[in-house]
Amino acid sequence: MAEATALPPRFQQWFASRGWAPRSHQLAMLEKGRQGRDALLIAPTGGGKTLAGFLPSLLELAERPPRNTPAGVHTLYISPLKALAVDIERNLATPIREMGLSIVAESRTGDTGEARKQRQRLRPPDILLTTPEQLALFCAWEGARTYFADLSCVIIDEAHALWPSKRGDLLSLGLARLQLFAPRMRRVGLSATVDDPDLVRRWLGRNLLDPPPSAEVSRSDGGGSGALVEPSPSGPSGHLPQRGRIHDHTVDLVLGSGGAQPIVEVLVSDGRVPWAGHTAEHAMAEIYQIIKGAKTALVFVNTRFQAEFAFQELWKLNDDGLAIALHHGSLAAEQRRKVEAAMARGEIRAVVCTSTLDMGIDWGDVDLVIQLAAPKGASRMVQRIGRANHRLDEPSRAILAPANRFEYLECRAAADAILGGHLDGEPARIGTLDTLAQHVMGCACSEPFALTDLYDEVRTSGPYADLSWEDFETVVDFVSTGGYALRTYDKFRRIVPGQDGLWRARNAQAVLAHRMNVGAIVSPAMINVRIGGGKRPIGGRKVGEAEEGFFEQMKPGDTFIFAGQVWRFNSLVGADAFVTPAPDKDPMLPSWGGSKFPLSTYLAGRVRAMMHDEAEWPALPPDVQEWLGYQKVRSIIPERDEMLLETFPHGKRFHLVCYPFEGRLAHTTLAMLLTRRLDRLGVGPLGFVANDYAVNIWALKPMDALDLDDLFAQDMLGDDLEAWLAESFLMKRAFKACALISGLIERRHPGQEKSGRQVTFSTDLIYDVLRRHQPDHLLLRCARADAATGSLDVARLGEMLARVQRRIRHAALDRVSPIAVPIMLEIGRERAPGDAAGEMILAEAEEDLIAEAMA
Amino acid sequence: MNESVCGVTSLAFQIGDCGGLRLEIAGTRAVLRHSGALWLEAERTMVVADLHFEKGSSYAARFGQMLPPYDTRETLDRLERELAALSPATLVFLGDSFHDGAGEDRLPGEDRARIAALAVGRQLVWAVGNHDEDGPRTLPGDVVDEAAIAGLTFRHEPLPGAQPGEVAGHLHPAAKVTSGRATIRRRCFVTDGARLVLPAFGAFTGGLNILDQAFAPLFGGPALAAALGPRRVHAVGWKSLRPD
Repeated sequence: MAEATALPPRFQQWFASRGWAPRSHQLAMLEKGRQGRDALLIAPTGGGKTLAGFLPSLLELAERPPRNTPAGVHTLYISPLKALAVDIERNLATPIREMGLSIVAESRTGDTGEARKQRQRLRPPDILLTTPEQLALFCAWEGARTYFADLSCVIIDEAHALWPSKRGDLLSLGLARLQLFAPRMRRVGLSATVDDPDLVRRWLGRNLLDPPPSAEVSRSDGGGSGALVEPSPSGPSGHLPQRGRIHDHTVDLVLGSGGAQPIVEVLVSDGRVPWAGHTAEHAMAEIYQIIKGAKTALVFVNTRFQAEFAFQELWKLNDDGLAIALHHGSLAAEQRRKVEAAMARGEIRAVVCTSTLDMGIDWGDVDLVIQLAAPKGASRMVQRIGRANHRLDEPSRAILAPANRFEYLECRAAADAILGGHLDGEPARIGTLDTLAQHVMGCACSEPFALTDLYDEVRTSGPYADLSWEDFETVVDFVSTGGYALRTYDKFRRIVPGQDGLWRARNAQAVLAHRMNVGAIVSPAMINVRIGGGKRPIGGRKVGEAEEGFFEQMKPGDTFIFAGQVWRFNSLVGADAFVTPAPDKDPMLPSWGGSKFPLSTYLAGRVRAMMHDEAEWPALPPDVQEWLGYQKVRSIIPERDEMLLETFPHGKRFHLVCYPFEGRLAHTTLAMLLTRRLDRLGVGPLGFVANDYAVNIWALKPMDALDLDDLFAQDMLGDDLEAWLAESFLMKRAFKACALISGLIERRHPGQEKSGRQVTFSTDLIYDVLRRHQPDHLLLRCARADAATGSLDVARLGEMLARVQRRIRHAALDRVSPIAVPIMLEIGRERAPGDAAGEMILAEAEEDLIAEAMA
Repeated sequence: MNESVCGVTSLAFQIGDCGGLRLEIAGTRAVLRHSGALWLEAERTMVVADLHFEKGSSYAARFGQMLPPYDTRETLDRLERELAALSPATLVFLGDSFHDGAGEDRLPGEDRARIAALAVGRQLVWAVGNHDEDGPRTLPGDVVDEAAIAGLTFRHEPLPGAQPGEVAGHLHPAAKVTSGRATIRRRCFVTDGARLVLPAFGAFTGGLNILDQAFAPLFGGPALAAALGPRRVHAVGWKSLRPD
């Protein structure tokens, strides 16, 4: 361990004055800073991680000699949350003030006032705290090169939350740009525990290119970053360098000490686990008692609706009047800030929250984390548990409360995974091309670029290391002309090559439009929930925001829970939903009970193993054991590597239920594709439901005699998928996101703000036309790739189909099996409206009309 | 097929074999096609509204926004299918045929030739709209402010108040219908039996909800919406409609 004397006296005294000793990872980060090395610090929350990241910069800034000319930004700090950047600004002020350092640290986010932004541009602070979106804006500045010439360090906070996303792609491209402006810049990543640190290191680091393969690729600056950094000693030496790369890692890894092992329990309330359900309603009374026994508890749920439900239930039981609050992304920002402030003051006993509190600001004395319903992934659970007890030497306490029997298995698997240190693996990140298109436009707004230089620059970014020249050219052509085979837009180019061969933005209008649309966060169209009633509502107080789809299911007069209260829905006008309080009414329960997170592959594997391996059963609660025991008698418990498929009649219909355990998204895709096949086979499929564990399809005719290997043949992912995808609303949604990020559609246009609702309509039209006339267009490729990994989980489905080939165990039953009960109970819950469904709705409306006429 | 009487407007309609909706507009027999075209069989006249040719390239030229340039040919594909099915002697464009005055000049050669070929063996009538005030300059056909055929008056923008026999476009009507768990929104015709507003025919043309204020001066009371489906038109009563 390094000596505390590595610190100058002023810093030593400050640590001592707080009763602290510098932690070993803080000193290790200091050493990396002195050596000029990139470094990723992985440490649990509460270990002084942020200070470790800033310490080298504080030291350097404290020791720098006075200068005649004003210095540029020394350290750029980037956080995924605006609020976190502001919070860190406040936290940094303490050591700076107490040590009497002359260092200016300021935040800059979308909420920062114009005057402050102007001043920051003229007189850069030493430490600038900001978000990835602001960095994308910096990259599009004229004069960005000069502004960041003195940059010596970039700190990426919560790197685990950023890297596997389009925001992460954009940020990585931004880092490549900054590195060009400031070749000596160090990269520092701060991250909570991750399963595979190498993936984060590859994302964070600079990818070093080989000498140019041909004379036409030239390096204009002569220096590059290549000569300055040696291969990381801790990098995997076994990896063969790929063509065009020397090695993957420039980033050293620093691991914080693990801290105390968390205490994780799975709650079996009242000795029982329900058959089905998503709300853990049965456990509420016990959870209330547990909250009473804790100082401050965070109660995590997976969806906003579950949050509303749990909040209601807990207040019904709240005879002691405990301060129990609610926090989720749909609440008005002001309301959320209030809850956060009360938390910080220690005035709150429990907060029911969604992923909005997964990361970020330190919330006072949380000593217990409760997860209601299954966590869906071990990594997310570790992160949530880390919210409790921000002191390393004391164990964090967490209670998982499963809502049904499958969830019990999942919670057990998650608890085991956390104790065993097994986290959900993620695939390596491959940079998305719609995000690259936005970056290319940003670069053109900042300064003219040469194609080959920008290509080299982009490939120094980890996610884009393997970007082909062809794809790069396609992206540049897309940015310039839209990339259409019909070359009618060559005269309207957004970026144009000059006589010097350099590309630049066509005019000031193109630059302005880009700056107004920077970012890779695409959220669904949101409706403002306002208090107001009657036919001509007058805009009342805004209660919060909800996704557009939420109100489409409602009729005026329906009641629902939102922001912890019961409301009556009155009308939807433009982007406003008008509601009035209805405290005496029973709320209509939200129809959507599932989780928005798909079950992680790792947990799914563990759940499968627990179910299929009888040796694991004795550790389970009696009713779960009994359930599986009945399953063994009445149906089949398959081998570990098999997939169970059951067929049975129920009522007038015949059911096919299979249990792949691949998550709701992959299952929904599977069900759609199976339904198409069953339709062709003539069994008359009528409908399906999918949850995280199983798929249930019902039909007019029995399905016992089908060739199952044939039914699950992998070619399902070929033509069937293509045909289905083409019409899928999921594809349209993916396309819309790509169209917005790539700049094809502008969210905001100079002089007018386009609402999400308007965008929805026009991108669907564009999608339909483009699909028919240029199916290989860049944005359709992007949308397909996104749908495959994201909303459709086709990648996972493909792996599953390969896994179960000739390993399907079929049980032809005369009635429903024990483990099929939960998915049978989900029938009638949620179905996506397809084209046929749309026709049915219109036909119903017509029948209504006829009935009206005849009455 | 089923025949019905719309209670609120005393409007008789019938769904025909081709999925079109047959009814009388101010006493003239008409078919509302699920393509969005109006068909007057007795006159062998087909009417389409708001094609907005070259809307895509208009965004590229004016804002540098590179929407796909295929909207004109997409619209032409659909138009040609209807012409092949009906063989009209007269084809009436109800205005806003081009998205802007310069649209005609931006037409790719192939698309220009296809539009010109629409005139082979038939009369083209271009009513002008607010987007194309001068009408096409180099394409065949008559450019008119309004046209009178079979006792009906064809103009781009509907006039306020009672206008029996007026057939217009301009408003891009769309109907939104909600049932149980899902909502759909479709382009539609809207009529009270005395006047008719056509849906926009163009590939990139959005829709305005017919509950919007803009429709209020046109119809004294509840009207009938005829929503376009992939295979047929669906008559939708006022009570089933939802605002956006």
